[in-house]
Amino acid sequence: MNPIREVYNYREMIKSLVRKNLRGRYKGSVLGFLWTFINPLLQLVVYTLVFSVIMRSEHEQYYLFLFVALIPWIFFSTSLTDGSRCVLDEKDMIKKIYFPRAVLPISTVTSAFINMLLSFIVVIAVTLFSGRGIDPVALLGLPIVMAVQYILCLGFAMIVSGVTVYLRDMQYILGIITMAWQYVTPVMYDVSLVPDRLRFIFYANPMTPIIEIYRDILYYKQFPDMTNLIYALIVGIASLIIGWAVFNKLQKGFAETF
Amino acid sequence: MESSENAIEVRNVSKHFKVYFDKGNELKERMLFWKRNKFELRKVLDNISFSIKKGEAVGLVGKNGCGKSTTLKLLTKIIYPSSGSIELKGRVSSLIELGAGFHPDMSGRENIYINASIFGLTKKEIDERIEDIIDFSELREYIDNPVRTYSSGMYMRLAFSVAINVNADVLLIDEILAVGDANFQAKCFNKLREIKKSGVTIVIVSHSLGQIELFCDKSIWIKEGHVEMIGEPKDVHLKYLDYMNELQQAKLDEENVNWIIEQNKTGDDEFDKYKFPPSMKGEHSGDARAVFVQKALLDSDGNEKYTFETGESFKMELSYKLRQKIEDAVFGFGIFRGDGLWVHGTNTRIDRFSNFDIDKDGGYNVTFNNVNLIPGKYWIDITIEYGDGIPVDYYRHAIEFNVVSHLTDVGVVRFDHEWELDI
Repeated sequence: MNPIREVYNYREMIKSLVRKNLRGRYKGSVLGFLWTFINPLLQLVVYTLVFSVIMRSEHEQYYLFLFVALIPWIFFSTSLTDGSRCVLDEKDMIKKIYFPRAVLPISTVTSAFINMLLSFIVVIAVTLFSGRGIDPVALLGLPIVMAVQYILCLGFAMIVSGVTVYLRDMQYILGIITMAWQYVTPVMYDVSLVPDRLRFIFYANPMTPIIEIYRDILYYKQFPDMTNLIYALIVGIASLIIGWAVFNKLQKGFAETF
Repeated sequence: MESSENAIEVRNVSKHFKVYFDKGNELKERMLFWKRNKFELRKVLDNISFSIKKGEAVGLVGKNGCGKSTTLKLLTKIIYPSSGSIELKGRVSSLIELGAGFHPDMSGRENIYINASIFGLTKKEIDERIEDIIDFSELREYIDNPVRTYSSGMYMRLAFSVAINVNADVLLIDEILAVGDANFQAKCFNKLREIKKSGVTIVIVSHSLGQIELFCDKSIWIKEGHVEMIGEPKDVHLKYLDYMNELQQAKLDEENVNWIIEQNKTGDDEFDKYKFPPSMKGEHSGDARAVFVQKALLDSDGNEKYTFETGESFKMELSYKLRQKIEDAVFGFGIFRGDGLWVHGTNTRIDRFSNFDIDKDGGYNVTFNNVNLIPGKYWIDITIEYGDGIPVDYYRHAIEFNVVSHLTDVGVVRFDHEWELDI
């Protein structure tokens, strides 16, 4: 059977894993699912206080400048760190029963994606409240860049989830890598701030165009630069193709490795 | 697929596992102790091929570790072959590990959805089946309670009900019908027959040859990683059981003889110290003045054999080693059915032998004519006793044998009978 079709047939399993993931996150807490909204809101409050009182930035409303980039960044870094564990976490099931293993990274990335969507509700609410406003035409670019980022994240998650099974250190190495990676991505500052001789790192980084696009849309209120968008799309598709191939090669040995 | 009639084709499949002596999955271990990553290749399957037609039910038999469970796992695609290819047509469901993904805090109903989704069913498909699943599990009144409140029997019933209602094209089963009480097992069995009738291809791994005979069209005997025989279940099982019994017999005889030799070396003939060696404890009881050392069943041509057809004659040959003279000895035997039913027992006293003593190694044979036992597993206890019934060597489960038949009588024995009809 065609493997992509097979994964599609298992969509109910993906749904139920995502549901479990989202519900499980704040399970047992008093506010429960509300935390999904409270968490980014409180973060935003902290950033606003820090950057408008203590560390003033050249960007006006720096907390928004930061926040519209930070939320997608968190989606990416969660895809990597959670993605690296997602196969290991389900090893009991993998040993016992067949299902297309790709279901696991897909549902992990999807959960992180949905979390980002929920956080964006907060972001958009705050942009409206803060008086910065939203440009409806620019906003049309948002679903596109989200889809592109989803593809990119999935590709990376498939690679790291497969590799971690054979090299358990991967999950800890990734903690450091994502931390460093954030600083070669224009999350906290603009690329213009980076010395010329280091800029190539930023542009080799597939997350750079994506973060810039988010910022274009939500902070600068303009429709994203097309070259950036196309570049991001190509990189995203390439990473998904490579990720799919690597994962499929590695998954054959999963059950024997545990 | 080579033939469109086939649902499963296994072609030249080999599978070996790497058995690591000391495996490290961490970077440090991989780099520093690369020597530790030494492994041994263990070949579990060696170039096996077979094909199964659509709608056929096939049993995989073989002793523990022969590779039959590995074969089943390869068919489910949990693991992949090292070489060769496997093709399956249609949706595959397995009754191998039941209740995958069950969540104890969720209700039975929610768990049905989760579990069925792992079999690749969509929401709509599950909606269509949920009533059948609940009915089949007989858990309707508990279905909205969390699964952690279920007994293990209820849990298995729920899991089984989901797995069997997936409507697969190929169903793979490992040791069926260990689920629930006798009633539920009968129900499962009927359901399986129904599924089979509807044209589903079924592969079963089971130690219960009887179940396979009742259910399957074909048996595949896997021996030490290769296909030893494929054919009618009864024919295959006959050969397989013979092989198994020989294996067991050879092992026991060797152990016993070694022990006797060891005892004679020490020259210890003080009879209080006579004991059965640890390996024989449990099976032997008595004061061990004499010990059975050899036992065999022979067919009418004098060949050693442990599987007989209903109505066949056979002879039991026994020999013992004596360590101290026994006055007024009695030999005996008891035949039991696999479930413990005592079918027949007697001894030399009951059969009115005059009293005798034994003062050297010896033996006795018993010939059974036309053993009309109904097919099944049986065992024989053999005894040497004193005249007052105190055992010298009471050897439990000394010999196991199987009775098979193409007839399907029921009960314990098949009496020689003639019909006269007036119709």
